[in-house]
Amino acid sequence: MNFAIELQDIDKRFGAVHANDHVNLQVETGSIHGIVGENGAGKSTLMSILYGFYQADSGSIKIFGNEYQFTDSHEAIAAGIGMVHQHFMLVDNFTVLENVILGAEGGQLLAEGLQAARQSLKELEEKYGLEVNLDATVDSLSVGLQQRVEILKALYKGAKILILDEPTGVLTPQETDELFKIFAALKAQGVTIILITHKLREIMAVTDTVSVMRRGAMVAHLETLMTSESQLAEHMVGRKVLFNVNKEQVEAGDVLLSVKHLNWTDSQGVPRLKRINFDIRAGEVLGVAGVSGNGQSELLEVLSGITPIQEGSIQIKGQTFSAKKQANPAKMRTMGMAHVPEDRHKQGMVMQFRAAETAILGYHTDSELSNGPWLKPALGKERCAELMQAFDVRPDDVELKSANFSGGNQQKLILAREMEHDPEVLLIGQPTRGVDVGAIEFIHQKILAMRAAGKAVLLVSVELEEILSLSDRIMVLCDGEITGQMEAAKADERTLGMLMANAQQAYDPLQSIASGEGQS
Amino acid sequence: MKRDTRLAWINGLLLPLLNVLTAFAATAVLFLLIGVNPLEAAETLLYGAFGYGEGIGYTFYYTTNFIFTGLAVAVAFHAGLFNIGGEGQAYIGGLGAGLAVFMLFPELSPWLMIPASILGAMIFGGAWASVPGYLQAYRGSHIVITTIMFNFLAATLMVYLLVKVLREPGQMTPQTVLFPDNAWLPFVHDILPAFGIEMERSPLNLSILLALAMCFLVWFFLWHTRWGYAIRVTGLNPHAAVYGGINQKKIIVVAMCISGALAGLVGINELIGYHHRIIMNFHLGYGFGGIAVALMGRNHPFGIVIAALLFGTLYQGGAELAFEWSNISRDIVVVMQGLVILFCGALEYMYKPTLIRWLAPVQEVRS
Amino acid sequence: MKNTLISKTIKGVSLAIATSALSLSAMAADINPAVVYSDAGKFDKSFSEAVWNNGVKRFMDETGIEVKEAEPTNLAQVEQYLKRLAKRGHSPIVAVGFSQTNAVLAAAQEYPDTQFTLIDGWAPEPNVQNVGFKEHEGSFLVGVLAAMKSESGVLGFVGGMDIPLISAFGCGYEQGAKYQNADIKVIQNMTGSTPAAFGNPSKGAELTRSQMESGADVIFAAAGGTGTGVYQAAADAGKYAIGVDSNQNHLHPGTMLTSMVKRVGEATYLSYTSAMENNWQAGPVTLGLAEGGVDWALDEHNRPLITSQMEARVNDIKAKIIAGDIVVHDYRTDNACTY
Repeated sequence: MNFAIELQDIDKRFGAVHANDHVNLQVETGSIHGIVGENGAGKSTLMSILYGFYQADSGSIKIFGNEYQFTDSHEAIAAGIGMVHQHFMLVDNFTVLENVILGAEGGQLLAEGLQAARQSLKELEEKYGLEVNLDATVDSLSVGLQQRVEILKALYKGAKILILDEPTGVLTPQETDELFKIFAALKAQGVTIILITHKLREIMAVTDTVSVMRRGAMVAHLETLMTSESQLAEHMVGRKVLFNVNKEQVEAGDVLLSVKHLNWTDSQGVPRLKRINFDIRAGEVLGVAGVSGNGQSELLEVLSGITPIQEGSIQIKGQTFSAKKQANPAKMRTMGMAHVPEDRHKQGMVMQFRAAETAILGYHTDSELSNGPWLKPALGKERCAELMQAFDVRPDDVELKSANFSGGNQQKLILAREMEHDPEVLLIGQPTRGVDVGAIEFIHQKILAMRAAGKAVLLVSVELEEILSLSDRIMVLCDGEITGQMEAAKADERTLGMLMANAQQAYDPLQSIASGEGQS
Repeated sequence: MKRDTRLAWINGLLLPLLNVLTAFAATAVLFLLIGVNPLEAAETLLYGAFGYGEGIGYTFYYTTNFIFTGLAVAVAFHAGLFNIGGEGQAYIGGLGAGLAVFMLFPELSPWLMIPASILGAMIFGGAWASVPGYLQAYRGSHIVITTIMFNFLAATLMVYLLVKVLREPGQMTPQTVLFPDNAWLPFVHDILPAFGIEMERSPLNLSILLALAMCFLVWFFLWHTRWGYAIRVTGLNPHAAVYGGINQKKIIVVAMCISGALAGLVGINELIGYHHRIIMNFHLGYGFGGIAVALMGRNHPFGIVIAALLFGTLYQGGAELAFEWSNISRDIVVVMQGLVILFCGALEYMYKPTLIRWLAPVQEVRS
Repeated sequence: MKNTLISKTIKGVSLAIATSALSLSAMAADINPAVVYSDAGKFDKSFSEAVWNNGVKRFMDETGIEVKEAEPTNLAQVEQYLKRLAKRGHSPIVAVGFSQTNAVLAAAQEYPDTQFTLIDGWAPEPNVQNVGFKEHEGSFLVGVLAAMKSESGVLGFVGGMDIPLISAFGCGYEQGAKYQNADIKVIQNMTGSTPAAFGNPSKGAELTRSQMESGADVIFAAAGGTGTGVYQAAADAGKYAIGVDSNQNHLHPGTMLTSMVKRVGEATYLSYTSAMENNWQAGPVTLGLAEGGVDWALDEHNRPLITSQMEARVNDIKAKIIAGDIVVHDYRTDNACTY
């Protein structure tokens, strides 16, 4: 067979993270190939290796049958690969034409290059139906047209293989349709397309073949016609042996956190949360399932006060916060909310700090740790030592730089900091991401201990098993919307997978509401 | 030794040392080119800086200024802000010191007058820096741009005040009248005889003790107070600061105020300590020098003292060089100082990768 | 001729003390002179450079005596250098520029036996010779010339840094112009408020062009290095410009109307030679038109531009100023240009 791309045994590690685990991939010339997987599954790393941004630790790359060792993206471009990034690489106040020739100006004088480029761009536009005004500045174009410019740019540089990373994330449905028409035109002209996405519906709509990645490995290569959304969802989230979690019976108490009609739109105008309603009671774990990037992060940030509320309200401890009465992280902490962030390196800690300093983040104004303006470093160290002991953080060295703990121990330290503060409501994002197996079990027990102590826990995780084994109720988010709420006892991976992909046919909302308990 | 400890040694000591040595080597080449024996020049420089009482006095007098501006840059840097307005803040700080003196004129005890002038310098310097801080925090103007513009504004304002408002009547020079002597910070050469030590006259005054006290206070502030903690979180990881409930905007303004207040103390050393009147351009060079000092001193008060001493030595020793050697002009001295800044600041990381590869290689991660 | 005028003044008092009029060589004392340039540097294209060219260098060339030179970078260094030079037995020591006033005061008090000559400053100590110039008188003369040359009835003045000294130039210029023609208009601009204003030719040119747009056809620059931009802009537009400090007529023959010369170099030279002759004298030395410390310049470069009528008129006024019939107001006395 005639392959545009053949990747063999590609392996890449970043420190302890195995980003690509001996990955193989073959893409037929002139086909549209989808790669699906959750965030962090290794898709972007793989494509970055293909595009020359990273170099693989081992493995080989063949493009149109020739073997390459890319050391930078210029070589990949020369081999006929073009990439359209999720975040466009365009200069806003340049015209389309100027943007396209960026990096391929052709000679000392700009005018010649521009003239030649204009001619060949006209041809490309006609050939692929990619109309765009070459003299408009990029910032005057809609997002969809900007993406077209990116595609033109790649084609102008001679791309025969086009990689698109989450191309529809920023597009309206109409723009998405336009894009798919362009795909068809490109395919008809023999261009090979790789589409990276986690939107299963798009995969089903446009691809010929699809590969699924999970935890750095390729877990399936499928013909699109021969598969279904639910099958892909299953491959994506995978099946793991359920941890044996001993969940004791806890009687749910009063509602501790109540969220009503929460809507939230990001700075680019894309709605990220739509009509979110839920309650959490004392002694209850509400699991939030979903393919990552479907509003979970936004939900955590709005609830914890990091991003302002736009519409709707959050009720906690008799206080109601809304767009008019904003919360902030410090206030939320005084209301008895604790928050274990999804990304511990980005938010939960300061890598350069000593453990003792990371251990007081968010609580440095507590009267126990400070005396007016003065911090009491000795007490901070004492507190840190207590936390380390309670959560078995190793090494139990309060002076060690936070960055030098392993992922699991960093996570335990953060969990300890938030849990030992005795909150009423606990938000937990991805508690076991990048954590070794031993620590996972420990963390799960600690979460259940919070439940047993009568706390309200919101658990966001991409690990379905985790959600299933820890939660009392499960809420599924897809594209910012709650696509289902159910008792954990009545849920299984298949149903959840369908809801996560928002495959409506398998899901009857009425039935779900009837079975949902916490609906108020 | 643990890799961590080794890295700390490399970053904190070995690298600055190597950078300074490289700068000296480059200077030596330059001296050879203009026909000066580098060793003899080094001898002149060191003799000028430490060889006799007056020289030592000048060296530490310059060091005092550099400690103040170095600390100023460091505090802002810990909040992730690049304050290059130390120049203007020092100038306006001097105005604050002088105005405090003139407003409390004339009979106040020195025990009140001098603290009042110190307060004046800090308040004026801090207030001057707070405006760029506010603009950065609440209006999104870039701090580098605004602080640099505020240097020009400070210069213009001071010229206006010294020429039109505060100028000594009947004097051509744009300067105020002499401060009353209850507002003179004692010279070190006037104090030391009380302890049985004779010292040649020099501009060195008790501000140096203030500078050392500030080093301690800044250290204490950054590592032992809530605000210092908040400043460091903001500088190292702004996302964690938001997560931790730290009001970043407030912290930016606070950090800039403290930074400006420290820079303003240059006015104490220069005006209350030495010139005893508000003069023009007493601040020139120290604000920018403070950036290099903070960089070299790794933004740590202890390192800043060392780096400030190096710059004080270069200033005084350089003056000696230019004075004693007819073929070394003052511009060559500026080039020499520039080379130190170049190698310590701009080329900071030239040696780093190699050093780390040699002395603290990464252990292979196996999982 | 002018030099003798200055020397007469400087020697004036000392002649009374000197018992006999011996020749210079017979009287010559061994002196160990020095100079501390302004903190703008020795080659500042203006003040310090004039001290070097017409004073220090000339003295060294003529006498073979070495003059120790020092170039400070800040004001604390000025004092350090002055004291160091005094300590090493240098005398007389010439301090260049008003900014050295405080330092000279301090050094003169500590070394009462050393002779200091302070140019453009005022340090009332028994061992300090304070050399000042009546810039307003010289500016008055070029103002008269400018008013006679102007056809538009509008004159321009471009100052350097906005300080009273520079305002004194502008004020004298305006007085001269109005004296000649009461209806004339004088546009005045300062280049800036920092010392950099003395070294910004492009800004000078810009100001000049804008003044010319407002009708000015003769522009006087008292702006150090900034002046070169003024002269160039005027020459480009075919308008007249007036130079300052040294004779700059040669820069653009044909459009340089004249120059208001201020003889700082000579003052330095005479400080040294009078010390050699043992008749160096402390106290104020103010050099105006009468002493030849300031003047207007007439040479082959601007000769075609100056009619005999103009020359006669200016020299007449010059005589009146020297005689005290015309009193030119000095801006510096009351910080205002009232006359």
